[in-house]
Amino acid sequence: MNALQIHVDGIGLLGPGLFGWTQSCDVLTGKVPLTLTPAQLPPVKALPPAERRRVGVPIKLSMAIGFEAARNANADPSQLSTVFSSTGGDCDNCHNILETLASDDRAVSPTRFHNSVHNAPSGYWSIATACMEPSTSLCAYDATFAAALLEAATQANHSGKPCLLLAYDTAYPEPLYALRPIPHVLGIAMVLNPVNTPASRALLTLKLGTSAATTMPETDLEALRTRIPAARGLPLMQLLAKETSGSVVIEYLDALSLAIGVQV
Amino acid sequence: MQVLLLNSFTVTSAIGVGLEPTLAALRTQRSGIARKHWETVDLNTCIGEVEGLDDFVVREDLKAFDCRNNRLAQLGLEQDDFSQAVQNVIKRFGKERVGVFLGTSTSGILSSEIAYRHRDPATGKLPADHDYRHTHNSYSVADFVRHYFDLRGPAYVVSTACSSGAKVFGSAQRMMASGLIDAAIIGGVDSLCLTTLYGFNSLQLVSADPCRPFDAQRDGITIGEAAAFILVERATNAVSGDIVMSGIGESSDAHHMSSPHPEGLGALAAMQAALQMAGLQPADIDYINLHGTATQSNDAAEDKGVTALFGAQTPCSSTKGHTGHTLGAAGAVEAIICALALRNDFAPGGVGTQTIDPRLACHYLLSNIDQPMRHALSNSFGFGGSNCSLVLSRVVA
Repeated sequence: MNALQIHVDGIGLLGPGLFGWTQSCDVLTGKVPLTLTPAQLPPVKALPPAERRRVGVPIKLSMAIGFEAARNANADPSQLSTVFSSTGGDCDNCHNILETLASDDRAVSPTRFHNSVHNAPSGYWSIATACMEPSTSLCAYDATFAAALLEAATQANHSGKPCLLLAYDTAYPEPLYALRPIPHVLGIAMVLNPVNTPASRALLTLKLGTSAATTMPETDLEALRTRIPAARGLPLMQLLAKETSGSVVIEYLDALSLAIGVQV
Repeated sequence: MQVLLLNSFTVTSAIGVGLEPTLAALRTQRSGIARKHWETVDLNTCIGEVEGLDDFVVREDLKAFDCRNNRLAQLGLEQDDFSQAVQNVIKRFGKERVGVFLGTSTSGILSSEIAYRHRDPATGKLPADHDYRHTHNSYSVADFVRHYFDLRGPAYVVSTACSSGAKVFGSAQRMMASGLIDAAIIGGVDSLCLTTLYGFNSLQLVSADPCRPFDAQRDGITIGEAAAFILVERATNAVSGDIVMSGIGESSDAHHMSSPHPEGLGALAAMQAALQMAGLQPADIDYINLHGTATQSNDAAEDKGVTALFGAQTPCSSTKGHTGHTLGAAGAVEAIICALALRNDFAPGGVGTQTIDPRLACHYLLSNIDQPMRHALSNSFGFGGSNCSLVLSRVVA
């Protein structure tokens, strides 16, 4: 099986008790305990005020992690191709549309409708950053993180240019929450570069296989990992936070998994 | 390695189930759009419906996936010996080496739309038999197809609104170039649902009549549904007559969520990138299958982008007057229409359009023209400013 290599230049991370990459490193390396305080999502200053008012959680979340990763990589966001990924997109918005369609008055709000497309965060991001580079938006249910990492790594290698990966999940309200119980908002972003530059923090080697996924010894982090699809990337984040070489396995589809070698 | 061989393909839409009726509809310029009642919809509009899905039965072992979108997927997979072609590729490369990358915009959301009408009045709970994961979730259709063939390779759904079904060609190409797979089932499946019918209506983008792309009187889209599948592999051993995807270009408008860049700049960038990858000049393209949704803004912006690159000579048309706008499937449907045009040496004329808008300059075809066909370009643009152009080519020895 062929291997795929890519450099990680910058990381963005937001989630419960995980407030940006610097603070998250302290949690992931065990210096400070994880508290399940929801992450504060900053207002999207990069959008015009009219657009800013219309955006929901996935857009605020993806903007926050995307800008953090680009900043940490010293990369110009307008020059980065992007891979957006989420298992459910804007779950609040979806629930609201479903309620409207089940009511006597099916007049869906136009804003809610155009925000309902899975690539809405990608659209707002391209407007906010004036980025005309290719962008895709993916879903692979629980396997979405591994799918997006593969897509972003192949995109970067194929184009020879860095690519920004964004993986983010939000929670459905009831009644869909009962069928898809994602308890917290969490997002991970990485600038992936096919070229080794001074910005490189680690070289990843990706390989498909059937090894069992790496679990996390910390029960609170493990609970996030198993309950939020985007958090399947946390073992990789932990290794990068520790700044040590090693390897992790991230679950992909059924028996298929993604082995990741990390060389710092 | 950049060129993808179209080993096998099939399309099911309002104009027909499989390639033969699709080609016949293109040849006779027959539309599948009709004014009809569907589900509980109370809008004054026409639709491009695939008949028979209400009574279609999904394979017994895949019952959990039962919903309109996956029924349409299975109906599509069962045409044109496509499944046999997949089995042959599995024999050659192995189950681990065949990827599944499919486009959809709304997946099986109709199931949740119906379930929300049947919530428990006391608890608000959804009916116990509602299966969110295997129907509504965006990944459902790729999951369904992967299980249909018991594949073990990489898979995901691309959901970039109306460019989804074209962008999957890029995913397969990159995965193959990286050596992770040797073949892939790509395409798009999107089916009628209330979200898109009422949603596009709320944006005043739905016509009350069958859509009229590039017409002076055009007043919006007609929503359709389709399943389009293409089995791709490396074109190393392509022979004369084979159809290949020789170029793909992707870009973002960075302009507006639901209207295109007025000068068609994003579209232009995608078309230029596709030609560049294919190593072709604009004059090499024999036919352009336009995105051509029949909204005022799309057709005006696309016309600007097309004429900026191609001038006003290259024959072009939109086939959304035949099929309706099949949204997340449209890119794959129209790539297959280009493949049929290349195989049969004709450029299909649009249907529904009566008087071409005099403000639009491109060479829009109102009837078919028989001509030698070597290269065709297909445009797909979506909400969020997501653009994708494909170049399809016929291999000549």
